[in-house]
Amino acid sequence: MRATRQPTTDGAVNVSEYPGRPIVKRPLWTWEVPAYFFVGGLAGAAATLAAVAEVAGEHQLARRARLAAAAGALVGAPLLISDLGRPERFLNMLRVFRPTSPMSIGTWTLATFGSSAALSVAGDLIGVARPLGRLAGVVAGILGPVLTTYTGVLVGQTSVPVWERARAWLPFLFAGSSAASAGALVAATVDPPAARPAQLMAVGGAVAEALSELAMERSLGEAGVVYRTGRPGRFRRLALELSLAGAGLVAAGLAGSGRRRLTLLGCGAVLAGSLSQRIAIWAAGPASAARTGVDPDGRGPR
Amino acid sequence: MRAEVGFFTDSSICIGCKACEVACKEWNQVPEDGLTFLANSYDNSGGLGANTWRHVAFIEQRRGDEVRWLMNSDVCKHCSEAACLEVCPTGALFRTEFGTVVVQEDVCNGCGYCVPACPFGVIDRREEDGRAFKCTLCYDRLKLDLQPACAKACPTQSITFGPLPELEQRARARLKQLRAQGVEEARLYGLPDAGGEGVGGTAAIFLLLDRPEVYGLPSAPVTPTRRLKRGWASAAAAAVALALGVAAAVLGGRQG
Repeated sequence: MRATRQPTTDGAVNVSEYPGRPIVKRPLWTWEVPAYFFVGGLAGAAATLAAVAEVAGEHQLARRARLAAAAGALVGAPLLISDLGRPERFLNMLRVFRPTSPMSIGTWTLATFGSSAALSVAGDLIGVARPLGRLAGVVAGILGPVLTTYTGVLVGQTSVPVWERARAWLPFLFAGSSAASAGALVAATVDPPAARPAQLMAVGGAVAEALSELAMERSLGEAGVVYRTGRPGRFRRLALELSLAGAGLVAAGLAGSGRRRLTLLGCGAVLAGSLSQRIAIWAAGPASAARTGVDPDGRGPR
Repeated sequence: MRAEVGFFTDSSICIGCKACEVACKEWNQVPEDGLTFLANSYDNSGGLGANTWRHVAFIEQRRGDEVRWLMNSDVCKHCSEAACLEVCPTGALFRTEFGTVVVQEDVCNGCGYCVPACPFGVIDRREEDGRAFKCTLCYDRLKLDLQPACAKACPTQSITFGPLPELEQRARARLKQLRAQGVEEARLYGLPDAGGEGVGGTAAIFLLLDRPEVYGLPSAPVTPTRRLKRGWASAAAAAVALALGVAAAVLGGRQG
């Protein structure tokens, strides 16, 4: 009987030689989860951009970034709720604070971040509670990097081999990807001269995303087969191509040789690349968990 | 914490009658889990899941002209370091006064984190219900001083229930006895010093007659939250890098 090797933390291997029974259960998270990784990460990086831009006196940039942060949190929360098996019970997440659960820490972070981001936009849009709005903007800016990276810790703390192996680099990948997407979205919505910081962020983020992705891929070892091939592999290649091509277009615009339309196209490509990257990571999980199944009849895991 | 009570499942005297599977289903009112023909010996439930809290594994081994038939009743391990409990964001999974790990069905919101967290692949979500389910070690029966349904129903005492120190003693004595009889391949599984190192020991101890992987059990299970500190350290470094990167972009790109 053939056995599939499944690496564990300490370098040992877990195998199942029992027909049709993988060691680990497959994760059940549906498309809403990678979509949330994308919009939540974008929101977090945008809030940090807003806070820094505000201090630097770039008010137009800060306003648009605040809007992006609030919008991302507003879209992200319902995505997470709809992925639950019992969505009507989502408030049960807030009945405890469990430091050992990255999902618990993430929920509390998102709740605080979302209300802060919304409050900071309220200050801009309807002019209420401006000092409070400024304070809320600072809070969201500080929580932003937590919101972009905790998702990497979350999937890393599972028994799914490919996610387990990726754990050291996932937060860096998600941070880079979030910076790229937030920079691209804000750059596309701000008038060209004021958009330079966002454009730089899009380019830098995309490069950081690509570099962390390569480092992560190297650390996967044999467990990475499911990430390099099939659907995850296709999204992974798409992500690299879109992010780097988009970053190139935005960089050309920064250097003064590109036209505005090409910069916008580049921003769109960076955004699509960032989303594809999250889809690749998400899709690799179930494939990895199912892979341990061994079936002498070749029918595949049950 | 280590559980106070648990199971010792001695696979050397399991006869594969599945009385444990049936008793568990009846007592806990667990739904039917597929009356399917798996073409794998006498196994028809496949493995542990939301609707299978005891699973009898059947392994047919050919050794020359002889066929050896291994049977073992698998169950939730009620780990001392329980991954399901540690990652549960609602507190639905909790440690009982008996040291066992139980899902509170009125709290679980079906987030699904416990499912890929479990290194043994025990807990799963009931799709038509939306919540996660697994063995409760008959929490309701323990409260009434009754033994769990599976142990009560086992006709050969392959499954025994009791205080963990007592079970451990019994397991080690049985191993010694079998080894003395020449059963070289007998081994214990789930003790803090035998197969349970990575999860702090389990409340379900097994005596197996082959390597754990033959029964579909991980040979080196590790609670994923043992890596939590390293995970957050990585996230902290990435978060600082992001903040510095944003600051550099704003300073480098600002007008004037």
